[in-house]
Amino acid sequence: MSCNSKRLNLLLIASVAVFLFAPCAFPQDLASFESRTTVHTLRNGWTFVIVERPVAPVFSFSTYVDVGSAQEVPGITGLAHMFEHMAFKGTPNIGTRNYAAEKEVLDQVEAAYQAYLAERLSPKPDPQKLEQLQAAFKKKQEEAAQYVVQNEFADVIDREGGTGLNAGTGADSTAYFYSLPVNKFELFAYLESERFLHPVFREFYTERDVVQEERRLRTESQPIGRLVEQFVATAFIAHPYQQPVVGYMSDLQSFSKTDAEAFYRKYYVPSNLATAIVGAVKPKEIIPILEKYFGRIPAGPRPGELRTVEPPQTAEKTVTLKEQAQPFYLEGYHKPGVTHPDQVVYNAIDDVLSRGRTSRLYRSLVRDKKIALTVQSFSSFPGIKYPNLWAVYAMPARGVTNEQVRDAIRAEIDRIKKEDVSDEELTRFKTRERADVLRSLDDNMGLAGQLATYQVVFGDWRELFRSLERVEKVTKADIRRVANASFVDANRTVGMIVTETPKPPTGGQGGTRPTGQSGDDK
Amino acid sequence: MKIRITLCLTAALLVGALVPSFGQVSKVEELKYPPLPEFKIPVPTRLVLDNGVILMVLEDHELPLINASVLVRTGSRLEPAGKVGLAGLAGTVMRTGGTKTMPGDQLDDYLENRAARVETSIGTSSGGASMSCLKKDFPDVLRVLADVLRNPVFEETKLAVAKNRLMAAIARQNDDPGDILSREFTEIVYGNDSPYARSETYASVSAVTREDLVEWHSRYYHPSAMILGLVGDFKTDEAVALVKQVFGDWPKGNVIPASTKVPEPSSVASGVYYVEKNDVNQSSIAMGHLGIRKDNPDYYAVRVLNELFGGSMGSRLFSNVRTKKGLAYDVGGGIGSEWDYAGVFEVAMTTKTETTAAAIKALQEEAKNLTAQPPTEAEVAKAKASILNSFIFNSDSIAEILSQQMVFEYYGYPLDWLSRYRAGIEKVTVEQVRAAAAKYITPDRVAILVVGPKEGMDQPLSTFGKVTNVDITIPEPAAGSGG
Repeated sequence: MSCNSKRLNLLLIASVAVFLFAPCAFPQDLASFESRTTVHTLRNGWTFVIVERPVAPVFSFSTYVDVGSAQEVPGITGLAHMFEHMAFKGTPNIGTRNYAAEKEVLDQVEAAYQAYLAERLSPKPDPQKLEQLQAAFKKKQEEAAQYVVQNEFADVIDREGGTGLNAGTGADSTAYFYSLPVNKFELFAYLESERFLHPVFREFYTERDVVQEERRLRTESQPIGRLVEQFVATAFIAHPYQQPVVGYMSDLQSFSKTDAEAFYRKYYVPSNLATAIVGAVKPKEIIPILEKYFGRIPAGPRPGELRTVEPPQTAEKTVTLKEQAQPFYLEGYHKPGVTHPDQVVYNAIDDVLSRGRTSRLYRSLVRDKKIALTVQSFSSFPGIKYPNLWAVYAMPARGVTNEQVRDAIRAEIDRIKKEDVSDEELTRFKTRERADVLRSLDDNMGLAGQLATYQVVFGDWRELFRSLERVEKVTKADIRRVANASFVDANRTVGMIVTETPKPPTGGQGGTRPTGQSGDDK
Repeated sequence: MKIRITLCLTAALLVGALVPSFGQVSKVEELKYPPLPEFKIPVPTRLVLDNGVILMVLEDHELPLINASVLVRTGSRLEPAGKVGLAGLAGTVMRTGGTKTMPGDQLDDYLENRAARVETSIGTSSGGASMSCLKKDFPDVLRVLADVLRNPVFEETKLAVAKNRLMAAIARQNDDPGDILSREFTEIVYGNDSPYARSETYASVSAVTREDLVEWHSRYYHPSAMILGLVGDFKTDEAVALVKQVFGDWPKGNVIPASTKVPEPSSVASGVYYVEKNDVNQSSIAMGHLGIRKDNPDYYAVRVLNELFGGSMGSRLFSNVRTKKGLAYDVGGGIGSEWDYAGVFEVAMTTKTETTAAAIKALQEEAKNLTAQPPTEAEVAKAKASILNSFIFNSDSIAEILSQQMVFEYYGYPLDWLSRYRAGIEKVTVEQVRAAAAKYITPDRVAILVVGPKEGMDQPLSTFGKVTNVDITIPEPAAGSGG
């Protein structure tokens, strides 16, 4: 079982060369994949990508909406994510005991909240008045709660055999997904059209409390969560990627149902999203069902694009957090969004630097120098659509400083700028990219997520495969060109956690604890 | 690339004969579902090699890929108390440390150049290995898998890398409150020294030597202790022939008795436990006691109970604690079960410091309500429907079908366990669910663990009983010992 690497390379190069034209590594997949794929766009602009994959009588879907925290402005940060939570609260037909009566009370809840908020935000709130307004608001909430059938939307999916029900919000995307047995296809069409046709924002202010807990959990009570929030806020000075997806606490304690409804009306229009459906479905049978249900949703203008472009960075920036935690090192460099032709070159850099045990950073920092528990680069952070960051982080080993891992990382970044990568590295990158796409084809849910993403971000699901053509064309010179353009001091932001010895546990609070702005609304 | 863009065909389809005629549904109850299409679950070919390797094979011709997985009769619960970490290290270095014919680094190059993967690991109650490769590399990569399992050399340098990483992970074990909660709660429920709870220390990792790894391998890694599963784009007879070629000449060796002599946990350490952590603004809370084994005759009723108690967004815990009270983002729980030892009954959540006591009360109330307001007919019917309607997802991938069969084989369960499970769920009655709640959840004997800041709670933890402080200081290694 010896390994003749020279012969190996020749073999691999041969297989690479033929792949583009006669995909010998993919005998069954690409051609058949395309013949099994149907794109259907409704008159209102809602696009469906349908893949027939009759392995088992089930299907998965993913709806990708072209909206995320990048569409927020100060005052409403966290609202894209908040809407995602509200999309589980039902409609006039789901989740209520009596919608006509409920609606009336919901309007009163909102009026009571607006009155309370106005007083709270006034220059000199009157404590007594504030208390009265808060009590009135709370009373209305309790009244509204009587009409609610809790979690009925999710409950129906669960009862009928749905799995993997969830949703996620990112810096520039919101996705909704689950799987169902295929005989429940009409249920999917009914529920998913209902949820975007006329969502009802019931229990808005209680759910806002839940989202505040989510912020405490993911950001405020995690050293790395705290670092990441400071890091993106430092790396971006103009583009909304600087805002945390979950939102700032003051906004989570202030934005209203009225704000959320306006956000929904602007961004949840059929032309601003796409749904991919993968499984044992037949387009001829399901397209009429899609027409019938999703066709109910009115067309709307696509929201305007973001105007702000992050200006070129002109000075290196560093943010350091003192924490009662082990050191952590992160550095990032601005780069274009994923639709830029150079994206595949960044992918190549990632592969060579940090993928697997053959990667340069692993071998240097983990295997040889033994200065890191883990080291990893990633090429589109915090979002994919707009110009973003290529970043790398390391968790220093016990007793190792951030400076030691920084120097070792920089040495590898310098090497990739100064020397060509090897034939073996470049070929390995291309082999792995092809295999990744191949492996992604055997999972309904994973595939649906990817296809919907490509359909929206690139305008065509086929880009999933076309990106492989660009991968094949990546050269050693491309890697040096991109590395030299990106990896310069003035384009860099560094984020670090340094260890601060905790005070002995005598009952006093630690010095760096975020005090979780109270001022709860309820 | 030909794509069928049906945009322009829409009109034709709409008037076509294929359109089912249905009215606009406005309520979910009006929907009528056709029966689920007939689906025959493929059955793996099972055979036993002369040396005892149990082989399970399933063809899957969808993509030119082949995957293998291996279960080996071993587990970290068998490691000596002074060397906690030994099994995990053996599981890692078996692969990274190379074989007699291929050093670890070369193995990395060989596999990654082919976009292939061979990995090994040892968990609590089993050892494992996995392989994934393109069809064209199958014979070569399967040979690597066999070589790694049969002839690992546990290179000293790679052991040093693995130990160094483990030490780094120990140093970080108190940075994340969630990590602290799950580690300490497991220790409280099973007991500090239980093989199901104890965790690595600098000293226990330092004590592990290369000889320990070699000895571990020679004790547990034998063909008769191994189940090999293969799934992918091959012909069964050819795959079987290849397996015989690469594993067939592995001498039978000592036969390890089946993992029956594993320790059975028995501890119930009720009371209130507290870990002080002041750099967070939430309390992480867990509450519970020992759970059950999957071969418990009440398992099906427990499954249904778990579903309605904490199994979904519509469950009691989620609806009451999160949706109605807004006390947490993450809340959940249920009666845990393991294949051959008792799992843990646990409910857990995180909440802001100032609602800590309110949250504990809410969890206690939910536990008590399982008997005070026992599950209703409607709740049980819905929970059963949910399990049965989603049953197809237990068998929706061929790899999944195979790996389930391997697990049943490994733990000595009948190979048709899945269909027994389905039948068992179908028969569960409301009375059985209520009885299971009363029998397996004992609210007044739970351990409650809170991790969070000392100041700022709505009520002191002593409200819930005598508080035991848990010291999570990481013991430093004795001077001179290193990684």
